[in-house]
Amino acid sequence: MNLNTPLSRVLGLGSAKSGLHHWWLQRLTAIALVPLMLWLVSGLLRVAGGGYAAARDWVASPGTATLLVLLVVALFWHLKLGLQVVIEDYVHLKCAKLTSLVVLNFAVIAAAVATVLAILKISLGVA
Amino acid sequence: MATDNRPLSPHLQVYKPQLTSTLSITHRATGVLLSLGAFVLAWWITGIAAGPKCFGPVNDFLGSWIGQLGLFAWSVALYYHLCNGIRHLFWDMGVGLEIEGAYRGGYIVLAATAILTLLTWAVVLTGGAA
Repeated sequence: MNLNTPLSRVLGLGSAKSGLHHWWLQRLTAIALVPLMLWLVSGLLRVAGGGYAAARDWVASPGTATLLVLLVVALFWHLKLGLQVVIEDYVHLKCAKLTSLVVLNFAVIAAAVATVLAILKISLGVA
Repeated sequence: MATDNRPLSPHLQVYKPQLTSTLSITHRATGVLLSLGAFVLAWWITGIAAGPKCFGPVNDFLGSWIGQLGLFAWSVALYYHLCNGIRHLFWDMGVGLEIEGAYRGGYIVLAATAILTLLTWAVVLTGGAA
């Protein structure tokens, strides 16, 4: 027995079967990425041309490492949501669409995990 | 049920390109480009973690002319997508949705993209922010 009203059953169920969730997370990560990406550019400008040591020391500092982890999570989450919609819009063959979405999810999660672990390794390795 | 005989909506090519539609598809195109850039960023950071031997090729690639061209394209795409993303957030709040506002916002986004890109590369060419 479903005690939900028809309205509450309808709300949140779009063609992707998850309604507002995708839209909301895309906006949330977008808002987070505005300051984070501007900060990233200013940081990269400072270490550009400095070689290995400059890059490592920058990533290793606690403030940078914290913001970089936040940035990487928000960035890969945001691009996953965006590329998912591009695939859903342009890939019409059902098996190709499903395969692309699986590959996208695996690639994004793998890259994000590897990058976060790299940041932790750099940050914890340089005392 | 026959599905091959249905009327088709007009193809995209018959529409005159407008600022609003051009900026809309550019938002998506820059988003795809920036996604590639995110994987380059991941390559750069994991390269640092793996040590100088692995970081060398990453650094050489980014310093090469094709790497620099890629970074320039990345910076333009980033500033465009960031500014136009803010335009989208205003639309979400119901601001600037009428034709006039959509065009005004579009011109502001283009100007801001140009200014931010020029400022960034002026810093690069004058020897960094250090």
